[in-house]
Amino acid sequence: MAIFLTEESKVIVQGMTGSEGQKHTTRMLASGTNVVGGVNPRKAGTSVTFPAGEGTVDVPVFGTVADALEKTGADVSVIFVPPAFTKAAVIEAVDAGVPLVVIITEGVPVADTAEFFAYAQDKGVRLVGPNCPGLISPGKSNVGIIPADITGPGRIGLVSKSGTLTYQMMYELRDFGFSTAVGIGGDPIIGTTHIDALAAFEADPETELIVMIGEIGGDAEERAAAFIQENVTKPVVGYVAGFTAPEGKTMGHAGAIVSGSSGTAQAKKEALEAAGVKVGKTPSETAELARALLS
Amino acid sequence: MSRDLGPGDTLGRAMRPHRAARAVDERKPDQVDLFEYQARDIFEKHGVPVLGGIVATTPEEARAAAERLLPAEGGVVVVKAQVKTGGRGKAGGVKLARSADEAAEKAGEILGMDIKGHTVHRVMIAEGAKIATEYYFSLLLDRAERRYLAMASVEGGMEIEQLAVERPEALARVAVDPRTGIDAAKAQEIVEAAGFDADVAPKVADVLQKLWTVYRDEDATLVEVNPLVLTEDGQVVALDGKVTLDANADFRHEDHAALEDKAAADPLEARAKEKDLNYVKLDGQVGIIGNGAGLVMSTLDVVAYAGEAHGGVKPANFLDIGGGASAAVMAAGLDIILTDPQVKSVFVNVFGGITACDEVARGIVEALRILGDEASKPLVVRLDGNNVAEGRAILAEAAHPLVTLAETMDGGADKAAELAHAAA
Repeated sequence: MAIFLTEESKVIVQGMTGSEGQKHTTRMLASGTNVVGGVNPRKAGTSVTFPAGEGTVDVPVFGTVADALEKTGADVSVIFVPPAFTKAAVIEAVDAGVPLVVIITEGVPVADTAEFFAYAQDKGVRLVGPNCPGLISPGKSNVGIIPADITGPGRIGLVSKSGTLTYQMMYELRDFGFSTAVGIGGDPIIGTTHIDALAAFEADPETELIVMIGEIGGDAEERAAAFIQENVTKPVVGYVAGFTAPEGKTMGHAGAIVSGSSGTAQAKKEALEAAGVKVGKTPSETAELARALLS
Repeated sequence: MSRDLGPGDTLGRAMRPHRAARAVDERKPDQVDLFEYQARDIFEKHGVPVLGGIVATTPEEARAAAERLLPAEGGVVVVKAQVKTGGRGKAGGVKLARSADEAAEKAGEILGMDIKGHTVHRVMIAEGAKIATEYYFSLLLDRAERRYLAMASVEGGMEIEQLAVERPEALARVAVDPRTGIDAAKAQEIVEAAGFDADVAPKVADVLQKLWTVYRDEDATLVEVNPLVLTEDGQVVALDGKVTLDANADFRHEDHAALEDKAAADPLEARAKEKDLNYVKLDGQVGIIGNGAGLVMSTLDVVAYAGEAHGGVKPANFLDIGGGASAAVMAAGLDIILTDPQVKSVFVNVFGGITACDEVARGIVEALRILGDEASKPLVVRLDGNNVAEGRAILAEAAHPLVTLAETMDGGADKAAELAHAAA
């Protein structure tokens, strides 16, 4: 099963012909992802040759996402286009009817994200990102830039805002492996939240334990805690980076008015613990907590 | 949890997190807070009614500005400290002047003043206004609902945060669809929700639509007017504004780069900014370099905990060198950290995802070569992930006397803390 991404997933790459797109398509293919096409209107009808095992594989390039879908039956699109073109790329994917769109691009204007998120939500399309490392269901499929060789398939579901912290946690728990690890990204507006991933892991029979990684600032972790309290029966282990970060300057009132939270790691830890989540103070301690629950 | 999470309780400190959290949120500082005078100018550009205002950096400039703004028949100007923090009125940063000379005198008093750690380098000389009523309005990102949120109150003024807590019903919160924004219907909805009087409501609604054009056309993430005022002669005017711009959208706003405040309070932060490094100076002894904001944040924690067993040493900085750390970036980062006189040891903590550990190792070796004798403090290096064996081999072969290899993040943090304590 895993969440969002399985061995059945057929993936197209918007921006596959660019340097980043080519580099990461190579890595995705090497980790067993079924990449069925790329999209570039100026290179429609061509193909890109990638290394595959001892030989090579040719991945066709389509002029539009709609054409790629019609020819390949793809159900995931991963976007590696520059920030100025990301909104158009997402809207094209949504219009074409891709059910899952993963946006790796960093530096997308938040107004663009707000618009394409609203658009995708109306059409029932799941977005992951932007500014995220993507997601991996080890041994099944890998969409984005998460290294596939850290660990293999297992019983842990992982959701995190941070890329490298995701890798660190996968590494700490490499002996257990993961059902799916989702890097949701740290932008102000993101397509898939901690809560979305928690709900999916709760429903996934392959996931026995959930590791949730948060960061200081905002109140996404507090909201996730409230969700866990009500909706999650599986054990959840949490980590929040930034316990020792100093208080900083503030300006203006609007953010604080809307906020119910101080945004500190301690506040997030307390909220999570009140919801029954075991929270580690470091990645290794968090891994130990997960280990104890799984053993 | 000790509080309720209502529909509006969604942003967290989205707009104003900790300094280090902001570094986490943003590889480059992608939220740009404007000074009041910059917000005023942007409001004016989009037809939002504002009073005359001229920025001044010296008493002489303040005098000249006041001469232009003071009516011939006599009146007042307001000398307002330009600082990116609240509470300047209480701190004595806002003063009335009845003549150009007095404006110069008041500017002299305010310039150089410290307001909550912010030195006043600029004042705005603003026209005086006869205020009948003060209102509040803001439009901002709603992170959790993933749309925009308008907040308005007919009870404006200084203590809006207190109002929000004590009488939340007095602060209307209206969801705004990012695709349609504040059109005439939405503006009407907001003024009705906030309970504006019928005679003033149409004027306010008109201003709200203009503030929406500011938000949309300038790629703002916050537009706050506090107070929005009704003057005695019946005008609705934005008297003080706060605007935050999204630097990720700079590619479609050529004029925005000039609005960014390049000055940093800390000289090391200023140098780091020049080199495009995501660096925050902290008060500690262990310099930190890592890749990826979350991992660096986590490294600060692990070092702080390790420091408890080593004389209480603490992390000296936040520095995220991001993906694909080149030798040049590593050298620039090490240069900043090693010139921090507080730093006694350095912990380099890298998990290679896309970043290859051999590249990082070459970067460290190259950085130490470039820095030569300037590199005089011990470095503890922990590498894991992509090409880790090659990376460790490169460092082992270089055998630089200052470099110690660590096997784990915890072990590296402990070693760096121990070395910092020994050198302190």
